[in-house]
Amino acid sequence: MATHELRRPFKRPAISDQQRRREISLQRQAQNRRDAQHQARCLASTILTLQPAQYEPAEPDLQLQSETELIPELEIESQEHRRDLRDIDDVRQASRLKGVEARQWFAKQLMLPEWMIDVPERLNTDWYVFARPAGKRCFVVSSNGTTISRLRNGSMLHRFPSALPSGARTSKSSHSGQSYCILDCIFHEPDQTYYVIDMVCWAGMSLYECTTEFRFFWLNSKLVETGACDAPSSYHKFRFSTVPIYNCDQEGLNAAYTGPVPYVKDGLLFCNKHAHYQSGNTPLILVWKDENCSQYVIDTDSKGQVPNKQQVVLELLFDGKLATSDDPPVIFGCLNEDFIQEV
Amino acid sequence: MEVTQVLLSAQAVDATVRKHAEDTLKQFQDQNLPGFLLSLSGELASEEKPIESRKLAGLILKNALDAKEQHRKYELVQRWLSLDVAVKGQIKACLLQTLSSSVPDARSTASQVIAKVASIELPQKQWPELIGSLLSNIHQVPPHVKQATLETLGYLCEEVVPDVVDQDHVNKILTAVVQGMNANEGNNEVRLAATRALYNALSFAQANFSNDMERDYIMRVVCEATLSPEVKIRLAAFECLVSIGSTYYEKLTPYIQDIFNITLKAVREEEEPVALQAIEFWSSVCDEEIDILEEYGGEFTADSDVPCYHFIKQALPALVPMLLETLLKQEEDQDQDDGAWNLAMAGGTCLGLVARTVGDDIVPLVMPFIEENITKPDWRQREAATYAFGSILEGPSPDKLTPIVNVALNFMLTALTNDPSSHVKDTTAWTLGRIFEFLHGSTMETPIITPENCQQIITVLLQSMKDVPNVAEKACGALYFLAQGYEDLGSSSSLMPYFQEIVQSLLNVTHREDAGESRLRTAAYETLNEVVRCSTEETARLVSELVQVIMAELHKTLEGQKLSSDEREKQNELQGLLCGCLQVIIQKLGASNTAKYAFMQYGDQIMNLLLRVFACRSATVHEEAMLAIGAFAYATGPNFAIFLPEFYKYLEMGLQNFEEYQVCAVTVGVVGDICRALEGKILPYCDGIMTQLLKDLSSNQLHRSVKPPIFSCFGDIALAIGENFEKYLMYAMPMLQSAAELSAHTSGVDDEMIEYTNLLRNGILEAYSGIFQGFKNTPKTQLLFPYAPHILQFLDSIYMEKDMDDVVMKTAIGVLGDLADTLGSNAGSLIQQSVSSKDFLNECLSSDDHLIKESAEWARLAISRAISV
Repeated sequence: MATHELRRPFKRPAISDQQRRREISLQRQAQNRRDAQHQARCLASTILTLQPAQYEPAEPDLQLQSETELIPELEIESQEHRRDLRDIDDVRQASRLKGVEARQWFAKQLMLPEWMIDVPERLNTDWYVFARPAGKRCFVVSSNGTTISRLRNGSMLHRFPSALPSGARTSKSSHSGQSYCILDCIFHEPDQTYYVIDMVCWAGMSLYECTTEFRFFWLNSKLVETGACDAPSSYHKFRFSTVPIYNCDQEGLNAAYTGPVPYVKDGLLFCNKHAHYQSGNTPLILVWKDENCSQYVIDTDSKGQVPNKQQVVLELLFDGKLATSDDPPVIFGCLNEDFIQEV
Repeated sequence: MEVTQVLLSAQAVDATVRKHAEDTLKQFQDQNLPGFLLSLSGELASEEKPIESRKLAGLILKNALDAKEQHRKYELVQRWLSLDVAVKGQIKACLLQTLSSSVPDARSTASQVIAKVASIELPQKQWPELIGSLLSNIHQVPPHVKQATLETLGYLCEEVVPDVVDQDHVNKILTAVVQGMNANEGNNEVRLAATRALYNALSFAQANFSNDMERDYIMRVVCEATLSPEVKIRLAAFECLVSIGSTYYEKLTPYIQDIFNITLKAVREEEEPVALQAIEFWSSVCDEEIDILEEYGGEFTADSDVPCYHFIKQALPALVPMLLETLLKQEEDQDQDDGAWNLAMAGGTCLGLVARTVGDDIVPLVMPFIEENITKPDWRQREAATYAFGSILEGPSPDKLTPIVNVALNFMLTALTNDPSSHVKDTTAWTLGRIFEFLHGSTMETPIITPENCQQIITVLLQSMKDVPNVAEKACGALYFLAQGYEDLGSSSSLMPYFQEIVQSLLNVTHREDAGESRLRTAAYETLNEVVRCSTEETARLVSELVQVIMAELHKTLEGQKLSSDEREKQNELQGLLCGCLQVIIQKLGASNTAKYAFMQYGDQIMNLLLRVFACRSATVHEEAMLAIGAFAYATGPNFAIFLPEFYKYLEMGLQNFEEYQVCAVTVGVVGDICRALEGKILPYCDGIMTQLLKDLSSNQLHRSVKPPIFSCFGDIALAIGENFEKYLMYAMPMLQSAAELSAHTSGVDDEMIEYTNLLRNGILEAYSGIFQGFKNTPKTQLLFPYAPHILQFLDSIYMEKDMDDVVMKTAIGVLGDLADTLGSNAGSLIQQSVSSKDFLNECLSSDDHLIKESAEWARLAISRAISV
């Protein structure tokens, strides 16, 4: 039992550079493994969400069919490789559709709010609120080195380079071909900025079936990282920005309602935290407008004067319901069946 | 057989005689092991035999019972256990008998062998009478036997794990030991053996330390022993105090005042080895408090095992002056002597730990000492003041330190240039490094380095790199931390304008004649690496030029022929440094697409050089070169395929390297890199690689830390070659399955084991992920179906165990998704039955960790599809 060693490190860093190199190397490998794994998983998620939309939306049976159909065509040997290409094609087609097809596809994809006519249950715990920027609602799709924004009717607004993943042909972009994004935005003319109000796909990963809570979390953590929120530059034509999102408690409501924002407000949007991204009108997104938070509550003439009479255009819907032709429509009556029969 | 003569011949000066004797012994052992061991024990026990043969007999016996290498040790243990009981009984009797020998060396040797036998037999519940028989007549025996008995108990406590000795025996051992230590014990040899035995017995004394009376008694005896007239006893007693300070920190309160007085006196008056232990006591108390404070953030909550008693904070006003005094006791040549450890070094180190423990409070206590001494004519005073300053830079808040550092920085830079003493310059350069390490970086509110003073700092450091080796090495270290502070700043780094100048100066250092001293060359290359890591796009061209320089240097190391072993070692070391540097450059340039294409023109040359470095050795592969290859494969991507045919043999060699497990682990990582780079093109090599990996896993010689990365590597391979992994399933799956069973439950083990278990789980899960994703959308997915129940069960059981870390959680929930994704509706009902698909998934969905959440969202998506169709 000899004297026990007690020498401690003296004037030395705690870890050697060699150990540091090993660790950095391991970190890189772990990151690369995560990326490879993530990419493999995305191959599935994209087939899942985009492909059916391309053929025939809202028929889940087709998903399975179209997916299994792919396989027999491929030679076993190079299957791994070829399958990637097939998937890329599928994904890109959706974002590359042109003319009528594109219009139809995109017109079906946006999630649209209903009017807020009563207070939903658990508003303070289950809902977010934010001030909606005034401007053109559009989908922004970045893929294969370019970015395209499409309005609600599907027509193209801008085609431009952006710092979004796969949004420009820069040497810096390390994203692979299957990386693409779809963002739900409002283009705000005065500051030429795309305000992102929802994230549908990000870097090849579909968020369609994720909760609002997760999509907003993802949106806020990912968008800034790419540099998309930076000032415009040669490879980044328009600035993107997030909007401040609040919990629907008193404080949050007050902030959204009266708080200053860098854009012109057009009402408040309320989003249910548990909702998935869903095409068309949904009661899980609600819009509120009054004169304090929107300039488009009542009609004005070309001089900005409020006319004596407000006009309203009514539509008789196919099922006998009577609605305003507002966006979104407000249903305020229904013809009784007997009357419809008679007509 | 008469072994005496053979044993003596085995120690002969004449190599031929020695060799012959060794062969004879070996032969005897191989032919008749029981007879051999009996002869040895008889030799050791026999008072008529010469001490030389008795000692060697004991040593060979000891080596027949234990080995350093785990696998060999296991074999020896099994061999002893399978020996005939009568033979073992006879050997043990001889050993016990030797404890009464009049020859000290024979007794001491026997003590050690008895402890080895005990370490094998006690866990098997054999030799139950050992402790009883050792202690039965300890009060009646002559002092030399008492001494040997206590020494045996000491060795026994060192060798045996506490839980195989029952409390009754522990009590008896402690009683005997503490009585032997008592001041009444007239024989110093007995008292010393007892004190040393207590050191080892402390870890057995949990129960006794929980009893106030017993603990008081033990502490009193230990403290008294620190006052013994015999220095060896005092030293052993202080060693006990150090061990008590960390093992029984929570019991120290009643004694801390006395211990403080004892250690204070010892530091001031004692012989150096004893004084060093006295300082070490406070260093270990700091270690304990730092751990507690780090773990619980200073708040004592219901979860914390041990509260922080703030002993250091309380002792501060008296402890700090005592430590500052030690700083003035430097040795002239301590900076050149790598093995040096003296009062000043220990005192400064302890001061640094105290600063980390108490933070801001230390600053006002040390500043007057610095101010008083820093300008004194005696180098000792200036050096002590600087060392004190450097020591307290970690711990106190930047708010507290920054104003002081702003004033001191200029003084330090002047001292590093002009001070006549190398000692002072050495410590000054080190202190600058500490300033940059702890107070410079993007997270600091007020930067201490501005574009204005940056140039001066760099000029002084580069100048100082021409100083004597130990000073130059510290200057390199300071530059390392200066660069590191700019790591996150990118193009706004003020260092970049000086990039070329810095690189040139560092290269000059590596070429110094005396760069082999004070690890100067290593420090210069390490700093070069850090400067490259922190470089920006603008300097990418300069980094590319550096590639050529490093390649030329590496080329030079390959020219020498017929090297002596000394030269070979130097070549090896230099190649390591150069490959390390290449690795850093490749990784840096590989991360930027523009720079990558520029440097890929050297791809062939780099690879050829690395292959030649591998070829320098016949049996092993160079770890640093392997690390560089990994970075290179990642940067090269699919083009790496052209190098693989030639590189493959070194890859295989690396995978076969059980002994240097780091090399094996690094090579396993490189296999993953190559899989991702080549994807399907790696297929022709997979038979060889998989064979080797499977061999590694079944080997009990391989260090356990390599096993988790091997499992992950299965996943990498499967993901790369897809359904071609089919032919390995029948080998890989059972291994994964049995490892999964082992790692499912960790109950009742220590933190280290839980950490390892989680690493293992992560590796297994990554393998499953890769396999599922690799097979996805192929006609062979049904081959995986039979494994699904077990995998789901594995996920459920690690979820229930509640001890997985975040990484495992993320990987595990991902596997659930992969399984659902690949097996689809076939596995729908299986998935729905699992706990994982409900509680575990929900827990992950509501996790704060976004990686877990991301995997969970994905799993939810895949599951909803699998169960909906």
